[in-house]
Amino acid sequence: MEHLVKEELTFRDFETDQDVRWCPGCGDYAILKAVQKTLPEIGKAKEDIVFISGIGCSSRFPYYVETYGFHTIHGRAPAVATGVKLANPKLSVWQVTGDGDALAIGGNHYIHALRRNIDINILLFNNEIYGLTKGQFSPTSATGIKTKSSPQGTVDRAFNPGKLALGAEANFFARAIDINPKKMIDIFVQAEKHKGTSLIEILQNCIIFNDKVFSDVTGKDVKLDRQLWLEHGKPMIFGADANKGIVLNGLKLEVVTIGENGISETDVLVHDAHEEDSTLHNLLINMSAPDFPVAFGVIRQVEINSFDENVWNQLEETRANAKFNSVDELMNSGVTWEID
Amino acid sequence: MSNKVEELDEVVIKFAGDSGDGMQLTGSQFSNTTAFIGNDLATFPDFPAEIRAPQGTVAGVSGFKIQFGNQQIFSPGDEADVLVAMNPAALKANLNWIKERGTIIIDSDSFKAKDFEKAQFESNPLEDGTLDGFNLIEAPITKLTKDSVADCDIENKFRSRSKNMFALGIVYWLFSRPLSITEDYLDTKFEKLPEIAKANKAALKAGYNYALTIELLPSSYTVKAAKLPKGKYRSITGNIATAWGLLAAGERAKLDLYLGTYPITPASDILHELSKYKNFNVVSLQAEDEIAGICSAIGASFAGSLAITSTSGPGLALKGEAIGLAMMTELPIVIIDVQRGGPSTGLPTKTEQSDLLQAVYGRNGESPVIVIAASTPSNCFDYAYMAAKLAIEHMTPVILLTDGFIANGAEPWKIKSVGEMANILPDFVSEGDSDWKAYNRNEEKLNRKWAIPGMKGFEHRIGGLEKQESTGNVSYEPDNHEAMVKIRAEKVARVANFIPEIEVDGHEIADLLVIGWGGTFGGLHTAVAEMQANGESVAHAHFNYINPLPKNAKAVFSKYKKIVVCELNNGQFVKLLRSELPEFNYLQYNKIQGLPFSKGELITEFKRLIEA
Repeated sequence: MEHLVKEELTFRDFETDQDVRWCPGCGDYAILKAVQKTLPEIGKAKEDIVFISGIGCSSRFPYYVETYGFHTIHGRAPAVATGVKLANPKLSVWQVTGDGDALAIGGNHYIHALRRNIDINILLFNNEIYGLTKGQFSPTSATGIKTKSSPQGTVDRAFNPGKLALGAEANFFARAIDINPKKMIDIFVQAEKHKGTSLIEILQNCIIFNDKVFSDVTGKDVKLDRQLWLEHGKPMIFGADANKGIVLNGLKLEVVTIGENGISETDVLVHDAHEEDSTLHNLLINMSAPDFPVAFGVIRQVEINSFDENVWNQLEETRANAKFNSVDELMNSGVTWEID
Repeated sequence: MSNKVEELDEVVIKFAGDSGDGMQLTGSQFSNTTAFIGNDLATFPDFPAEIRAPQGTVAGVSGFKIQFGNQQIFSPGDEADVLVAMNPAALKANLNWIKERGTIIIDSDSFKAKDFEKAQFESNPLEDGTLDGFNLIEAPITKLTKDSVADCDIENKFRSRSKNMFALGIVYWLFSRPLSITEDYLDTKFEKLPEIAKANKAALKAGYNYALTIELLPSSYTVKAAKLPKGKYRSITGNIATAWGLLAAGERAKLDLYLGTYPITPASDILHELSKYKNFNVVSLQAEDEIAGICSAIGASFAGSLAITSTSGPGLALKGEAIGLAMMTELPIVIIDVQRGGPSTGLPTKTEQSDLLQAVYGRNGESPVIVIAASTPSNCFDYAYMAAKLAIEHMTPVILLTDGFIANGAEPWKIKSVGEMANILPDFVSEGDSDWKAYNRNEEKLNRKWAIPGMKGFEHRIGGLEKQESTGNVSYEPDNHEAMVKIRAEKVARVANFIPEIEVDGHEIADLLVIGWGGTFGGLHTAVAEMQANGESVAHAHFNYINPLPKNAKAVFSKYKKIVVCELNNGQFVKLLRSELPEFNYLQYNKIQGLPFSKGELITEFKRLIEA
């Protein structure tokens, strides 16, 4: 059921009558607002949009968006979203998840959704901590972090959600941050347009249990030098003076200064999000402060058929070549006999 | 040459060999042919969990038992009239299950010293008197099979492969069956390998002619067609019937079918069968695990499909949390549990009824769902259909219990038509529902309406958190929670108003009421029927509806002096009955061997109970 959008929708049309119950100052508010501002832009009627979540702070999201919504169980949202999309591929399906929900209890579903390339948008709120259970370390927490469940500091190693995604054959990966809503909206619109699983890692500050975890990237004094906003076809230039660039040196990335050591703008890498080979995308995803800026924006976007498209194409083909037109025909086929 | 033909009323044949010998195929071919010529029958495939278990050992024996007759047959029978044993291990495994003076057909080429040693016979059973009193037919099946395929253009290693067809040919002659059904089957199956088809057909024919020619066999037999109700029939297994029941329900309810599942023995055939018929708007997802299987089905249900997940015991355990979600959000879904021997990995290829309490109670919180059970291979069709109907019309998960015995067993089925099944009416919201709220309820059934994405004006949010009555908004209010728990319980309890009452087979008043549920119907019915024919005062009530129970259960039970609950577990349904209808004294008969009941053991026990 696809409906033409008759009236102009605004972000207010996507607000529900429910009180939003995140902690004051939580990064989730900014993401919610950015999503509500994105939805009028995607050309879908409210009834054709579905938000699916698992369990965690971020997973309360569907209650606050005036579309169809389903707050499911811990880690399983990709599977539920897969079922919704397969049942009705015309729907715009969004999955909202966190680093615990997606990468710990839901790790299996996360990689398999990406592998299949089901056409959904996954918003992964990464705050590197468990919030709703009040402050245990997560699979993305930095090694050594002291939390309630790691009073001596963790000895766990952390996942990089983007590297894991590319390992699972993801074709769309973007990184955003809660304090930059304009860029978030831009990325969300691109994600919705992309055919296949679109994964957006959103660095999100947990003001209660992991406050300022991203301050080495977001601090006012450092942010221009520590953030590289990628755009397809544009050179990888950043810095307070817009004179830093990324070059490839052998099999490694390197930060250079334009105008020094004979480096000019043409030596800097130009971002190609559409390159099938994910090697360079992996290197970009892996960059971290303080030696490198953190890469933001759409890092990888390669179009192939989506899973739901392939499933329904096969269904149509089967229908065209069907041996039986009804269940009665099937049941009466093969070896049968009459008893008088 | 012998031309004597004797007429028999009913016969039990057991085909047994190595798990790579093709015994399941042989047995199912004999079943199809036997059904086709009008006998009624019941089958019992019994095989090891390993694909190729150690060759020549008792543990590696794969068997297929069939009982057929000129009247209605409800069970695969106890002891065999004829045993076909392809090797000593197959003989050893079945020695205690052959009738006195029964016929044993063996492949004498596989009875070398090392063969019977592998089967742990101390000496050659063909020579040491082990088989005295049986009608032993020793045929050099391997050698004759190789001879029969001499002019087929196939690799040498395939030349003895068709020995199962040779053996089948012997049995076809013995029971006066035509070869044509199997020949047609081979032509179709090996359409692209015509020489393989030719070899198999040659071996089949050679076996038939061998039996006709040699004088080892004193006579052949016929079993006349059974007097079954008039109509068109086919042979069907429980798993296929389950899949078709769901297809029929989807067509009747005008809903797309969605199957989200993960392969597991003995349920995988449901996935295989439904995956063939995408043209009936079937989407089947082989998910990454059991949990993703059901969760994707819950998503499809939210989006308006007839949602199914299929599994066996261990998978049902994994799906528990998700079933709770479907129960809480009041979305329709059918969960099929083809029970197998448990606990844990248990006995994957053997039958058992030990998931009943897991199905009824195995979830966190107060989490009632409908639980029903099929009781024969063919009525898996009816109960799969009913599971879908109840799920959709009452907006709730329904667990359908079948088991390995009826799932793999075959019997003739009088083909039903989709049109003769009770209609299925989804309670969708409609545009007139202006003051609709997500958890407003139908007064009679207490179901909420189904509002699916794409329907304008019905955007709403649901989830696993407790919800406020009517609005469905998240609510932690104490009185509301208690009220909602009771409403959800009452919703399932009221299903009793929409299911048939239990019927008793036998006298309204008898000394003993035999109670069973699910896949033990055939065994219990056969035993009770024989006792009734001998004038014993015994009756049988068989349950297909477990939760809720049929409304008249209490009235029925109160008429009998003694009640015995028979189950293939350590006493699960009896626990439920003791809790639901505590006013009765329940005796128990339990078997936990991975095997169905035998008629003999039941009759012995029932007689003892009547006299006690």
